[in-house]
Amino acid sequence: MSEPTLKVQDPESTIVEAESMPSRRVFLGVAAAAGLCYAGAIGYPIYRYLASPAEMAANETAVSEVTLDKAQALPLGSAMIFKFGSSPAMLIHGADDSWVALSAVCTHLGCTVKFEPELNRIHCPCHGGVYDPHTGKNISGPPPKPLKAYKVNVGANGVVVSRA
Amino acid sequence: MFDSIYKWLDERLSLGELTAFARKKTIPLHGQSFWYYWGGISLFLFLIQIFTGILLLVYYRPGAEAFESVRQITYVMHFGWLIRSAHSWCANLFIFSILVHMFSVYFMKAYRRPREIGWFTGIALLFLAALFGFSGYLLPMDELSYFATKVGLQIPSMLPFMGHFTTNILRGGPDVSDFTVQRFFALHVVILPLLFLPLLGLHLWLVQKHGNAVPPSEEAKPLAERKTVPFFPNFFQKDLAMWLITLNVLALLASIFPWDLGKQADPLASTPDGIHPEWYFMAPFHMLKVLGNLLPGATGEVAGILLFTIGLALWVVIPLYDGESRTGTRGRNAHYFGLFAVTALIITTALGYWGIR
Repeated sequence: MSEPTLKVQDPESTIVEAESMPSRRVFLGVAAAAGLCYAGAIGYPIYRYLASPAEMAANETAVSEVTLDKAQALPLGSAMIFKFGSSPAMLIHGADDSWVALSAVCTHLGCTVKFEPELNRIHCPCHGGVYDPHTGKNISGPPPKPLKAYKVNVGANGVVVSRA
Repeated sequence: MFDSIYKWLDERLSLGELTAFARKKTIPLHGQSFWYYWGGISLFLFLIQIFTGILLLVYYRPGAEAFESVRQITYVMHFGWLIRSAHSWCANLFIFSILVHMFSVYFMKAYRRPREIGWFTGIALLFLAALFGFSGYLLPMDELSYFATKVGLQIPSMLPFMGHFTTNILRGGPDVSDFTVQRFFALHVVILPLLFLPLLGLHLWLVQKHGNAVPPSEEAKPLAERKTVPFFPNFFQKDLAMWLITLNVLALLASIFPWDLGKQADPLASTPDGIHPEWYFMAPFHMLKVLGNLLPGATGEVAGILLFTIGLALWVVIPLYDGESRTGTRGRNAHYFGLFAVTALIITTALGYWGIR
């Protein structure tokens, strides 16, 4: 688009005319600002809409305590998987009558790990990571960190697992 | 750098041809030019439908969980109510805008040679849009959508010989159920888009090929007196302005009047009072009702379907009937037929709403 050409006859009137017309720069600035407002007004609800499950999961992880009814009946040398917040966790009743609760999410790439009582270890089937079932410490394989440990409280009616 | 990228692309895609076409394309300028916007508005609304539809698809679950998932979208997911409301409002605006587009094409006689196929594809697109509306209406599986679909499916069941069979296939059984939702969902998000998109492509290509039609009053003028404006950038800017207005209207409607979600459909509950179809199905619904009262029993139904089918057929084949005649009697008859159709539709729709008031 070409700028409107101004014939210079009377210098005074030309100046008035040029000032009353918004310049191209101002127009583009206003258009860009309006465009940004629209993009925001449309983009923000869509972002929040798509992020809803992630936000709900974040609220769930805010959970600090889970009560597992009747879990005190778990046999010696066995384990059960339960949900702590939004992610799986593991309650182990050791052969020595010890109680341990650990996150069941492998610290390597997030697979769910498995308790293997006969080998007395926690094993990750994805890449062969091995953890100590008493402490959650990473013993061999790719995991970079130990499994997160929770506090366990065994009562008459159930087992209470809480953040350490 | 932009120059070299452009050159690279131009060499492979001949972008120059496109820009030359856009620069050469002109739009006729006359008293009725306003109606040229409605095709573009319809297109814009369709694009919004694709966009909001994909967003709803993120959480919608057809089948037994249909109602629960729509409840989640409406009340649990952030801004889900807004996206659903925009999709529902946009569907109505879409049908409305197509109708305006169709009637303006009709009265400007833009269906005449060589634009007959543009008219036929347009009618087919309207028909598909109505099916989009009908199938989408059931998906929330609330009380209203359940009963409206139940009633709506009575219409194909009146088809001679194969009505019962066709309806059972469409419905997935003798009654509206989870199976119905599942197949209406497939229809709504797979089959109808597959049919709609190529037809739309043909329709738009024909518009580019033949250009905008001018009404007979303009055709009567000598070429030198007719005015045009370049499509790019003049008309394009106005088109964009129209899209912006459309977007604002939609945003206001969707946020100020959020679309309702009724109670979950209960097949054993009796039909709520004042049940009625969407406004764009109101006219045939009411005509059937009136004829059903005038002629008792099956006669009324058959007469209604017959009358409607004949009217529709006459409407669709208008380019064949009113082809070459410019200002002759046939042209005038087509005009009166159009006025009659619009009046009949408006009156029966109004009476329909009056009746359920």
